[in-house]
This record gives sequence, C-alpha cells and structure tokens, in this order.
Amino acid sequence: MFDILRKSLRTGIVTTSYPETPVEISRFARGRPEIDWHKWEDARPATAACPTGAISCQDAGERRNVRLDLAKCTFCGLCAEADKTIRMTTVCECAARHRDDLVTEASYSLKPDGWHERLVATPDSKKSHLNKNAPLVPGSLDVLGQKIKAQVDSVLGRSLHIREVDAGSCNGCEIEIVGLNSPVYDLERFGIHFVASPRHADLLLVTGPVTRNMELALRKTYDAMPAPRLVVAVGACGCSGGIFGRNYATVGAVDAVLPVDVYIPGCPPNPHALLHGILVAIGRLSPAPKSANPAP
Amino acid sequence: MNDLPSVTGIVAEVRERFGDRLDAVRVSRRDEIYFDAKMDLVAGFSAHLYKNWNARLAGIFADDVRGQENVFHLYYVYALDAAHAFFILRVPVPPDKPEFTSLANAIPAADVQEREIQDLFGLKLIGHPNPRRCALHDDWPDVHPLRKDFDLHTQLPPFQGERHKFRPVEGEGVFQVPVGPVHAGIIEPGHFLFSVAGEPVLYLQMRLFYTHKGTEKLFEHLPVTHGVRLAESISGDSSFAHATAFCHAIERAAGVEAPPRAQALRTICLELERLYNHIGDIGAIATDVAFVVANMHAMRLKERVLRVNEQLTGNRLLRGMACLGGVRFNWDDGQIKVLEKLAAELGPEFDSLVELIENSSSTRDRLEDTGILKPKVARDLGVVGIAGRASGFDHDLRRDFPHAAYDRVKFHVPVYQEGDVEHRMQVRIDEVRESLSIIRQLVATLLAGALRVEIGELPASRTALGYVEGWRGEIYHWIRTASGNRLARCKVKDPSLQNWPALSEAILGNIVPDFPVVNKSFNLSYSGTDR
Repeated sequence: MFDILRKSLRTGIVTTSYPETPVEISRFARGRPEIDWHKWEDARPATAACPTGAISCQDAGERRNVRLDLAKCTFCGLCAEADKTIRMTTVCECAARHRDDLVTEASYSLKPDGWHERLVATPDSKKSHLNKNAPLVPGSLDVLGQKIKAQVDSVLGRSLHIREVDAGSCNGCEIEIVGLNSPVYDLERFGIHFVASPRHADLLLVTGPVTRNMELALRKTYDAMPAPRLVVAVGACGCSGGIFGRNYATVGAVDAVLPVDVYIPGCPPNPHALLHGILVAIGRLSPAPKSANPAP
Repeated sequence: MNDLPSVTGIVAEVRERFGDRLDAVRVSRRDEIYFDAKMDLVAGFSAHLYKNWNARLAGIFADDVRGQENVFHLYYVYALDAAHAFFILRVPVPPDKPEFTSLANAIPAADVQEREIQDLFGLKLIGHPNPRRCALHDDWPDVHPLRKDFDLHTQLPPFQGERHKFRPVEGEGVFQVPVGPVHAGIIEPGHFLFSVAGEPVLYLQMRLFYTHKGTEKLFEHLPVTHGVRLAESISGDSSFAHATAFCHAIERAAGVEAPPRAQALRTICLELERLYNHIGDIGAIATDVAFVVANMHAMRLKERVLRVNEQLTGNRLLRGMACLGGVRFNWDDGQIKVLEKLAAELGPEFDSLVELIENSSSTRDRLEDTGILKPKVARDLGVVGIAGRASGFDHDLRRDFPHAAYDRVKFHVPVYQEGDVEHRMQVRIDEVRESLSIIRQLVATLLAGALRVEIGELPASRTALGYVEGWRGEIYHWIRTASGNRLARCKVKDPSLQNWPALSEAILGNIVPDFPVVNKSFNLSYSGTDR
C-alpha cells in the first residue's frame, strides 16, 4: 500500500498538457506529406510508389489531373523517397469534418514526354462548404447545419462518452486508442470516458475497414445509441478503406455504412491526433487547416 | 526418439522409410525441404515425423495451380526444431475430385487450418470431427475466394445464408452467456459463447473471422514492394514482425540476404515490438484482476517504448521501417543514444513494476492456477510462442531457426511447465529482460554498412517460406512468385490462429469473471487470425 503510494509520488505527473502545448513528437516522425505543387514535374513516380492510392493521377489528353487524398495516406513516406518535390512533415493533427477536406486536386498541362508543363488548375480542396467567406443564407442547409452543430456542442461538449467499435481493423488503431487512457494522455481530464455500452455513448469511434462480417454489428451498435450522437472514423482504413479498399470481404470506409462527423487520418493516428479529432468532433478544437498551398 | 543426426541424415532416413511412395524430394534451402507425395501418405508421413523426429505441424495451406498443373496443392509444414529444418510435404488434389483427408483426429493442431482450406478453396474435408464453416461465416454464399477464378473485387449479394448453429449444451442449471462480436473494451471483434453452470465455464465456443479482409487474396494483386505495407497491416501489434517475415520470404525466393547492419536493426526492432507488447500485456493482466495502478505504470513504460519507436523509425508501431532486402532508415548517433538510454533505463523501471505486482498478494492470488493449459494439451494443439513456452512446449524460432541477427546474440528462452496465467505473465517478464539484453548486445556490436541489398527482378514460380518469431509466437509467410515482381500466392500464418483453441481448453472449469484475464494472458490477434 505505502509502496504503491511511494512509487506514484516518485513518478510524479507524466500527463501531457496537450492541447495547451504543442504535440510532443519526434522530429523523425512522419506526418502528412506536403507537395510543392508549383515545382512538381511528374506525378507518376509518386503515384507508382504509393501503396494505397493516396496519390493518384489521371491523364486526359494533354492534361493531368492529380489527387492527394489524406484519408488514404498511411504516412509511409515512400512518395517522398521517389520524388523530392514531396516532403514528409511531422504534422499529425489532420482531422477533418468532411471527407472532401482531406482531398487536394490539381491539374497540369503536359509536355510530350509526359512531364508536367505547368500548373493549370491550382491545388485546392474540392469543397465549397469550407469557404468561410461565402455568406450564409438564412434557412439554408448550412445555417441549419450550424444550428444542429451548436446544439450538439452544447449537449456533448463538456462531457462525452465514447463507444469504440473495431469494424475490421488490424488492431493498430486500437493500440493508440487504448493509449488515450494511459496516464500520459489521460482522456478523462477532458471529461471524456470510454464506455462499454452503446446505450451510454454519445460518440462512436470506429476503426475499419468495415468488413462484410462486421457491417451488421456496426449498424446495430449505432442504432442502439441515443441521439444526438456523433461518429468519428479513425485511421486510413476507417476514413477510406485504406490499403484494403473495397473487396469481396470488405465494404470499405466507415462512411459507406454510417454518416461520419469527423475523419481522423493516420496509420494509425497517434494519441495526439486522436485527441485532436475527438475534440474537433465536439467543437472544442477547430479542424486542421488546409496544407499550405500558396496561390501562384 | 533417435539422436538427432544432421538434416541430410533425416532426409535420407525419411527417403528410405517411404521409398518410392515419395514422388520427389527437393532441398530448396538448407532449412526448407520439400517432399512430394500422394494424399494417402499424409497420415503416415506425419506420424513418422512426430514419433521419430519430434516434429510438430507448423502449418497447413493450399494453393490453386489448376492453371499450370491442373491440380490444387496442399502443403503440410513440419517444424523439426531440434534439427533446425522445415519439412514441407506437398500433395496434389485433382480438381475433379476436390477433397482431402483430415488429420485433425490424430493431430488436433490441424483443426482450424483444414476448415479454412475447405472454406477458401472449396476442397471438401473427409473425416474431420467438426467440418463446419469457420473462415466464411454461415450466411456467406457458396464462394471460394482463394481460387484463382474468383475475382478479388467480386461484389457479393447480401448475405442470406443460415445463422451459425452453436453446439447445444444442456443440463440442469446450464445456461449460455453470449459475448460479442462488439466487446465491452477497446479490443477487436469476435464472438464467444460460454456455457456455464453457475460460475464455472463448462464449454466455450468461439466464432472468429469477423475481421476477414481478403488479405491473402489482396497480396496476389499488389506489387511485392506494396506487399510489405500490406504485411504491416495484418496484425497491428506485430506490424514489424509480419512485414519482416514477408521480406524474409521474398529474400529467400530471390536468393539474397539482408546485409549485417540491416539484420541487426531488424532484430532490434523485433525486440522493441516484443518490449512494448509484453509490457502492455503485463499491465493489462494486472488491470483484469483490478490492480489498475500497475497498469498505469505499465502504460507509461509502454508509451516510452512507442516514442523511441517513433524516433527510430518515424512511426510508433515501427511501420515503414521494413523493406525488401533490408531496412529503410539508418540511425544516426543521436538515435542510437536514445536507444541505449532506453535499454539502460527501462530495466530498473520494469523491475520496479514487476515488484509492485509480485508484492500484491491479492493480484498473485488471482493469477496463480488460473486458466491452466496443460503441457500435453499445448503439445496436441501445437500451441506456439509465449503460451506454448508457459506450458512446457519449448520452441522458439529465434533459437531454433536463427533469423535476422539472432545467431549473433546470447539469450535465454524461458520455459515453464505450470501453464497458468501467472506463468504466461512470467514468460513475458523474463522475455522483457532478455529483450533488453539483446538490444544492448546488438547496439554494442553495431557495425557500419549497407542497409539493404537490391532484390532486382524476382524470379517467377519460386516458392519460399519466410519466418519470424514475433512477440506472440511464430509468424510464417509462404510465397509463390509470379512474373513481373508479383505473387501468385501468399499464405500468412499468425500464431493466433494456432493458439485460439488453447483458450477454449484453458478456460474450462474457471469462472466467467476470470475469462478476461485468461484471454489477456494469451492476447491473441483477431485480425491476424482472420486476415
């Protein structure tokens, strides 16, 4: 008894003060990749190197449409090895409220040898709803959406109960999610708890890819939750199907089965990234800013 | 048992014993010897190796080569630990009579793997004690995904087959407790049906394969370089071990070996994986008997290892580090210092954690004699890894089939006869200490040098068995290459698949509230099993 106390006192406080302080991450850590779009000469080597199709390109005549999809990215860094225009950052807080916010698209005109001539359509995320400058029309879906969000934030923002469902993951995401309960990340300091029953839960944290064998169980878990409820998709597989994609045994991303409120990319997302995503979901942090894509 | 002569001696003896009933014998590699025979020889061949050479059946799998040779092949992999060799029996199954004889009555270790072949290849099992579906659930249509004429991206109609029928367990006061597939904790999905009379468990039935993701089929659709990344996603807690087993198989097929520095770095990463999992498990076992303080300390130590992983490989689960022909990232002096610091400081911290648990009599009381897996049962079920070693089954690929840099370090393989939760934890405690010693030895002798060898164009139609002793137990990747740096088949065997039936045995007679701690003491991977 006294030994236990002595050991605890000797250990001291080990809990991180994130998000008040920046993420504690090694400079060697691989976060999301960043592409120097203006200097990019050829998207094909990176496309070939990418194991999950996070970087993809399609040629239409003399034009090449290129796509970087963070939802599929496992931050493996193979693209950056194949192409020096790509740099791996240490940025891990990538959570987004919309699937499209994770996608960046650009177009290049092509030289005869297939290399890029110049950037013809600037990289921008696909979405319009992120455009904060656009005026809101009263009674429109946007306004309605904001009202609902404010309601959810006020109901769930202070204390939140999470039910975790592994809908087919490799267990990598679970290792990091369990880490949230460790004294280092200590999720409970935010008033957030993991609960055993969906009936007690406000937020469903789902890892994927959703397998055919888990689809029904996932739906039933969601149905058992009281409203208002949130769904957060975790990891490359949860956000997009990841390296598994859609095949005879999987139905792919979590949003193929349930409406998803927040996407947390990563393979697996580290506990900081998970914390960030969960706090974004309940309106206590803002989503990740778009990667730097300066206009030409 | 005979004294063990060299591998060549055993091959000669087996040849003499079976004569022309063996169609061919090929020594592919020093420790990988293939035998061709007909189906009717399998039982006799197995019995001979078991009885005379103390072999154990390490794996059974199938391959569809109807396109080339108009047959299915069945492969039976026997590990001859003391002789340091794998004997692999290959048996043809004609497509017009797609059936094979079960070994499960004689060798229970074959049970689940045979049923999986029946499901995924459509080869009918003859004489199996329980030939029901396992890999494909009962509501799946009649498809056989690992046949070559089945497309990976087939969109199957909504499932409407039968619900699974569990075996009835009846008697006065007997009732059933179903659990899962969604569990109360943050763990993977699976279904357990306990039949209980009061508190003690009479019988445990399990349904797995909820996370079946078509992984083996997917390997056939990826270039081998991408296969490494897929291997990392077979079982998250064994990312590096699986990826390394895959690389090992490819390297053996290509006839190359990773350079010494890469081998050392691989070994260090394998031991780091062992460290964070073992420490995490020790904490989780303490939690499951309500000693949460110990788990908090364990999680703190585990986090420390994960952060070192990130410093060394850029990823907390060591992902991205493995690559064909070696490893991807070199470590500078600063990184080596971080590793040395961990190896020096973790030991005393870990000892203090162990002391905390050992001094808690109420914790020990819950762990001693709980969930006993008897040595004979462990042997019959072919239990591998830590669970095997806690039940007197003394084998470890690191010692018996030295791979990576394990032949360059000294370490002790802990083996206990008791087979209870306490000793599965004790094996982990001993192994954590050995891991730290292995890391220290490797860091002290780390040589400069190349990080990887070029594989070049992979020759087609080669077969090779890659293996790694992961933290949980032995991991196998068997491959058959195709042209264009692709694979025609990749068989993945995670230790969990072998060990699940042992959990059903270990829980018998224990009370339901002890199931979590018994389960945790095995800590098997669902995803590794289901793939």
